[in-house]
Amino acid sequence: MIVTVQRLRGLVRKEIAQILRDPSAILIAFLLPVVLLVVNGFGISFDAYHMRVAAVIEAPDEGVLGMLEALDASPYLDVRPAASMVAAQQALAMGEVRGILVVREDFPQRLRHPASWPATAALWVNATDPNTARILEGYVTGALTVWLQGQGAELRRSPGGGLSLEQRDWFNPELRSADFIVPGVIAMVMTMTGTLLTSLIVAREWERGTMESMLASPATMAELILAKLGCYFVLGMLSMLGSVALAITAFGVPFRGSVGALFVASALFLVFALAFGLLISTVARNQFVASQVAFIATMMPAMMLSGMLFDIAAMPHWLQIVTFAVPARYLVSILQTLFLAGDVWAVILPNLAALAVAAALAMAATLRVTRRRLD
Amino acid sequence: MPPPVVIERLRYTFPGARGTPPTVALDCLTTRIEPGIVTGLVGPDAAGKTTLLRLMAGLLRPGDGRITVLGHDMATDAAAAHPSIGYMPQRFGLYEDLTVAGNLDLFADLHVMSPALRAARIPRLLQFTGLTPFIGRLAGKLSGGMKQKLGLACALLSRPRLLLLDEPSVGVDPASRRELWAIVTAMLEEGRDDGMAVVWATAYLDEAARCGRVLLLHQGRLLADEPPDSFIAPLAGRVFRARITGGSRRAAERRIAHNPAVLDAVMEGDALRVVLREGASVDALAGETLDPLPPRFEDSFIARLSKTAPASSATPATPTETEPPSSTRTDEGPAIAVNGLVRTFGSFTAVDHISFQVARGEIFGLLGPNGAGKSTTFRMLCGLLRPSGGTARVAGQDLLRAPAAARARIGYMAQRFSLYGELTVLENLRFFARVYGLDRAGQARAIAQALERFDLAPVADTVAGELPLGVKQRLALSAALLHGPDILFLDEPTSGVDPLTRREFWSRIGQLADAGVTILVTTHFMDEAEYCDRLAIVNQGRLAAVDTPATLRARVRRPDLPDPTLEDAFIALVAADTTCQERAA
Repeated sequence: MIVTVQRLRGLVRKEIAQILRDPSAILIAFLLPVVLLVVNGFGISFDAYHMRVAAVIEAPDEGVLGMLEALDASPYLDVRPAASMVAAQQALAMGEVRGILVVREDFPQRLRHPASWPATAALWVNATDPNTARILEGYVTGALTVWLQGQGAELRRSPGGGLSLEQRDWFNPELRSADFIVPGVIAMVMTMTGTLLTSLIVAREWERGTMESMLASPATMAELILAKLGCYFVLGMLSMLGSVALAITAFGVPFRGSVGALFVASALFLVFALAFGLLISTVARNQFVASQVAFIATMMPAMMLSGMLFDIAAMPHWLQIVTFAVPARYLVSILQTLFLAGDVWAVILPNLAALAVAAALAMAATLRVTRRRLD
Repeated sequence: MPPPVVIERLRYTFPGARGTPPTVALDCLTTRIEPGIVTGLVGPDAAGKTTLLRLMAGLLRPGDGRITVLGHDMATDAAAAHPSIGYMPQRFGLYEDLTVAGNLDLFADLHVMSPALRAARIPRLLQFTGLTPFIGRLAGKLSGGMKQKLGLACALLSRPRLLLLDEPSVGVDPASRRELWAIVTAMLEEGRDDGMAVVWATAYLDEAARCGRVLLLHQGRLLADEPPDSFIAPLAGRVFRARITGGSRRAAERRIAHNPAVLDAVMEGDALRVVLREGASVDALAGETLDPLPPRFEDSFIARLSKTAPASSATPATPTETEPPSSTRTDEGPAIAVNGLVRTFGSFTAVDHISFQVARGEIFGLLGPNGAGKSTTFRMLCGLLRPSGGTARVAGQDLLRAPAAARARIGYMAQRFSLYGELTVLENLRFFARVYGLDRAGQARAIAQALERFDLAPVADTVAGELPLGVKQRLALSAALLHGPDILFLDEPTSGVDPLTRREFWSRIGQLADAGVTILVTTHFMDEAEYCDRLAIVNQGRLAAVDTPATLRARVRRPDLPDPTLEDAFIALVAADTTCQERAA
């Protein structure tokens, strides 16, 4: 591995000129992240507002009506009194309401006599979309808890039964999906700039025959790889910084961890992504195949299996095992921790170690496959 | 000092795709490259030229045998030889996003050249290649000829002791080809003391004749390895010019070519170039007016190829009855009538008021330097590009008003093989018959005819991608003719094929023309242009000349150039027209 400064400088200068003159590199590195963040941050929103809930009240009572008012006051819920259970079920079936809240006859009584707590109310939910159903459950329980707390304070009662609901949503107290998705999108952006862009650029060099003349020149393989990866590493890091800045300013996503950890994690992941992109293009040698492979082998897993959109814990066991082979999962885990929780080293360090292993493996494979030959 | 390259019993195979046996690219090759001369690596496409160059450049590992470059074994020690090798791949190998200067700087950096050395060499190479005015231009925006010159300058920058050039003259107009040659020979002269060697791969046989030594490759084997003079020597006294006295050129060619004593007969202006078989007597051609000619490289190539190739493939069997075009009945006007045709791209006028007519059954050629507008004209006449102004009638249809109707009457054969490589011959023909909208009976008839007329029946079930180049070409031609077009458009149809295959192809084209099909060809190859009845030379968007090849030659005949070739005529006419246009501007 011989590296000559002058050759390296010449190669780096060439890469920079290519990046600057080639609109596709700039598009993928800077415009695409914006589009992805906007689409994922605003478009694919798991939040729901003004979900209609029918209320079937078997015993109208001042306390109960107050509770309904409190529920209705939540921006997420829209409570509509229903005449009967039958009418409410019909409305649910027609899709006019997403859920039915049933308050039984004995509810006011139990509420007043804490000894006989908990007072029970039933919530029926349209579960065709389980995600929304879960969210509705969350909102209703949340709103009820808030109301109960208020009641307790007002009545200055601290009965032995206490409050029957003890639930809090950590890290994302508002349950805002942007906070949850945006860190994942950053992982996707880095996969894009790292793997997709690199594999396209190198495949293009094969297609245009420039790789052939580089291989026939005195430049060593180490110089060629170093110049290429170095330039795209800087581009990928800039792209990452842009995305993080956009997430914090435009989407108001909090950042609670340390910048150093963010840099180390991104750098390790980027080394993996770049080396993998180089590997793909060396094997494929044509832009079309390279982009297909890059998409299927890295983009799809990064989206589906990294925990960015779908909770890994909710996947079938065998699929959970598969996710360990997706380096994006470690990055997503670190990013979500850094953004929403802070420097929780118990989470960050093992994931960093996994990223380091992935980067080392990809680099080794690339150096093995990329030889100074055409055959 | 040992020769720069020594090759011993070299063999190289490409692994076969999906279970097919490996393809032998080079077999049992033993030779050496001498310093101080240009060694021509000559052969048709797929002969193994590029593979051999890549092996010499250390880009491929020899399968068997040894290849030693400047004392280094390329199987183990290629890196040590790299600094002394200048290699120019077929596809430029330039960075199109970099400027001319940027590309040169990159190569200077790769060779770790000091600023002083750079300052001494780069301006000189720029001046030499005529690229000085374009130093700030992006390489991607250069013309084909200039790109090749830049590629050459990059390869020459380090003063390599071995310069490997892979078909530098492909897709380059004749004037630029001559310039490239001049640059290389001048650099060779400068590097003589270093023992510089040049290997120049080419499919142009006239370039081979100028080389100091020629390696003739055919299907991976070395057919010959000697100076061009010794190639030609055995043909002395066997080459004649036969004047065509009466009748058509094509009829005369057929008559003479089928004479058993004749090895080869090709048209050259208003005469035929005739090569007799070994041992044949001139008496066999009694009755023809013959003048002896000096033999040239192509004659010897044909002679050697016909020894190896099966005798039948040289020319198609006696004139087969050719299907007349579907609409001989239509109006008796010219097949193509172009009047004041204009095409602009933004502010650039690619075609500037071009007018010409092509008669029915005529073979008409469009020639011109790179970027002159001949491809644009050609595309407009095929109905692929809309004219910006003027009129063009093709097969009686107005291209501006009824482009679809005009397209239905033309056949088009692209330069590259544009059929489906994964389909069999029969499947390809069926597909094209359906695309042309033939009815069921028409499809069956057209396909049966195509298989018979183009000798495709034996390979009907072979996958098209696996056919040899010549057969592929026959298939492409048969597909373009399925719907019985009135006019056939050909785009450099025989670039890169060996001369035997080219003769076979043009003999078929001649038969088609005799049957009344009009042929429009665009080409860079003077060999192809010779087959045309008339030629239009396009320069800077305008017609520089329209005439028969013989007349074009006569126009540039001077005392010091008593027997100009078509290439001489082309270069002189383009140069005169350029001066004339510049003066007018």
